[in-house]
Amino acid sequence: MEIDLKDQIKNKFESLCAIGQSSEGDSIQKLRGKAFATFEQLGFPTIKNEDWKYTNVKPILKDNFSFTPIPTTSSYEEAIKDKGYFGQGLDAYTLILINGIYQPQWSNIPSDDSISIAAVEDVWDQVAIDEILNKDRNNKSNPFIALNTALFQGGIVIQIKKNKVLDKPIHLVHLGDSSEHYFQQSKNIFIAEFGSQAEIIESFENLNTESHLLRNAVTEIRVAANAKLQHYKLQKGDASLRLIEHTEVEQEGDSQYNNYTFTLPGYSFVRNNLNLALEGSNIDSHMYGLYLTNDHQLVDNHTLVDHQEPHCESNQMYKGIMMGHSRAIFNGKVYVHPIAQKTNAFQQNNNILFSDFATIYSKPQLEIFADDVKCSHGSTIGQLDPDALFYLKARGINEEDGRSMLVNAFAFDVTEKIENLEIKDLLNEAISQTMLGKALLV
Amino acid sequence: MLKIKDLHAGVEGNNILKGINLEVKPGEIHAIMGPNGSGKSSLASVLAGKDNYEVTSGSIEFEGKDLLDMDPEIRAREGIFLAFQYPVEIPGVSNLGFLKTAIKDVREHRGLPPLSAKEFLQRTREKQQLVEFDTQLANRSLNEGFSGGEKKRNEIFQLAMLEPKLSILDETDSGLDIDALRIVANGVNKLRSENNAFIIITHYQRLLDYIVPDVVHVLANGQIVKSGGKELALELEEKGYDWIKEDILNKTV
Repeated sequence: MEIDLKDQIKNKFESLCAIGQSSEGDSIQKLRGKAFATFEQLGFPTIKNEDWKYTNVKPILKDNFSFTPIPTTSSYEEAIKDKGYFGQGLDAYTLILINGIYQPQWSNIPSDDSISIAAVEDVWDQVAIDEILNKDRNNKSNPFIALNTALFQGGIVIQIKKNKVLDKPIHLVHLGDSSEHYFQQSKNIFIAEFGSQAEIIESFENLNTESHLLRNAVTEIRVAANAKLQHYKLQKGDASLRLIEHTEVEQEGDSQYNNYTFTLPGYSFVRNNLNLALEGSNIDSHMYGLYLTNDHQLVDNHTLVDHQEPHCESNQMYKGIMMGHSRAIFNGKVYVHPIAQKTNAFQQNNNILFSDFATIYSKPQLEIFADDVKCSHGSTIGQLDPDALFYLKARGINEEDGRSMLVNAFAFDVTEKIENLEIKDLLNEAISQTMLGKALLV
Repeated sequence: MLKIKDLHAGVEGNNILKGINLEVKPGEIHAIMGPNGSGKSSLASVLAGKDNYEVTSGSIEFEGKDLLDMDPEIRAREGIFLAFQYPVEIPGVSNLGFLKTAIKDVREHRGLPPLSAKEFLQRTREKQQLVEFDTQLANRSLNEGFSGGEKKRNEIFQLAMLEPKLSILDETDSGLDIDALRIVANGVNKLRSENNAFIIITHYQRLLDYIVPDVVHVLANGQIVKSGGKELALELEEKGYDWIKEDILNKTV
């Protein structure tokens, strides 16, 4: 008989705490206990929760999950070669994580002291890490955070050391492998110390596509003064993978954080929460998103930019192309505190619908409490311009190529902003391939 | 090359072309003039295959093939080129990139091997010079932020690059200053040969000072009401279109 999901969560929590008496410290145990109580009280979000209004999680919670993975193989080198993942072959330091656990034996890392990499369990007793883990988050708007904190196992902590500039990006490859449907909870922490510069790329894939992988990840990011962090999320892979990615970024003054989130056909469910707290002055934050969806995919991007201090600039640009029966949601919130004068905050969300059955919900939310600011937002939903398509055809270009060109062009505002040229090419190619292969799908 | 017989066409049930007959032979330049709303641009659109036009009767033969049977891209590959009256801006599509694809498709259709990167570059340089088209513009996104004149010159540049058999210039002269007009006309004159043909649609005689047509047609109310030599254009410029209307009226009476 199937065990009720809630009971399973309770069982998992109790087993973690039983183990915990010996291996986990008091602080973590207390943290888990508090988070578990919160989750018990909140439960999973329903469509009555404003932040989950168009994103029903019920269907993805139906599986009879295991909370501990049951690996199907131990020779991951071959499995990775066979299955591959989106972003494979990028010139980067590649860090492999299997079921949330960092695998140094299959990873390559910088040989110098520019970064430190550790499993979260190995460093959670450090004051700085403990503080980050204990940071209060809005569990009410996203109860999955509480669940994650109560049950997380695995995850990685990456610190880019003071004034170090990485010569290559760090590529985190999150792979899942379990013979049973697996509900994963992992917690990652990225810290860019003062004056450092780095690129972090994340890829996600499920190796055993026979069973579903529901990945509930929380990533805490700190960008210190004068640091610059570029963060890429490459989301394209098997439909058996479902992602709930919650990212919290705290920026100190004079820092820069760029987030690029690209979601392409594949995963059946994606929820990205991206929350930025601009805690100093002269901060620059850019968020570029592209979602190209098909079949019965659901892709939801929720962003929050919290302008807490004056003289900062944030810029959000999300573009969507929806095909098939897919559904996409963009909810972008910008909050400007009374003290945050001279804020520049821009937000744009443009969408093209390719099918009568596709849906987009676009919701800009600006809450501005300062009076000397420049803020703008725009949201559009439309179709491909038939005049532009005719123009291309009149020059001898066929319908499919023309559409592909126009979709690439539509995405151009976002793709041109990609500073990593390999990723830019990878994405443009993926868009072309998708459009050429699937352009005629309803 | 082109034979249009008793062509009737319209948009959403409105008849615009009401029995056009026109034959264009290789090496010829035809000018089509006429007042606003006479159907000049509709004729261009029907030839290029714009899908909101519905052909209700008649036929168009291009080099012995049924043109109406072809999709727009096939017409282009067969050698029809329409220089648009209002070229669209497509940010994000590179001017040269899209031409490269177009030329590849056209050559493939004609059984020709693709141009090498070097050949393409060479052709680009050569044709740019021919139509005095700035390299900076050629490298930009398609027509993005171009002035009206720059867009029209880009049309002629594309024409030069694609080497069509029949080119239709839809009011290419409108919105051009006198220098741009000269450049466009020079381009056409250099590109004309005994193997290709041009249909030049225009309101004014001005362009025909530079491009000398073999035949001038007057289109009114969806029909070609008068054809003649290049002197017809001068007469139209002088007297306007009203005398033709009267002329026809007299004939029918």
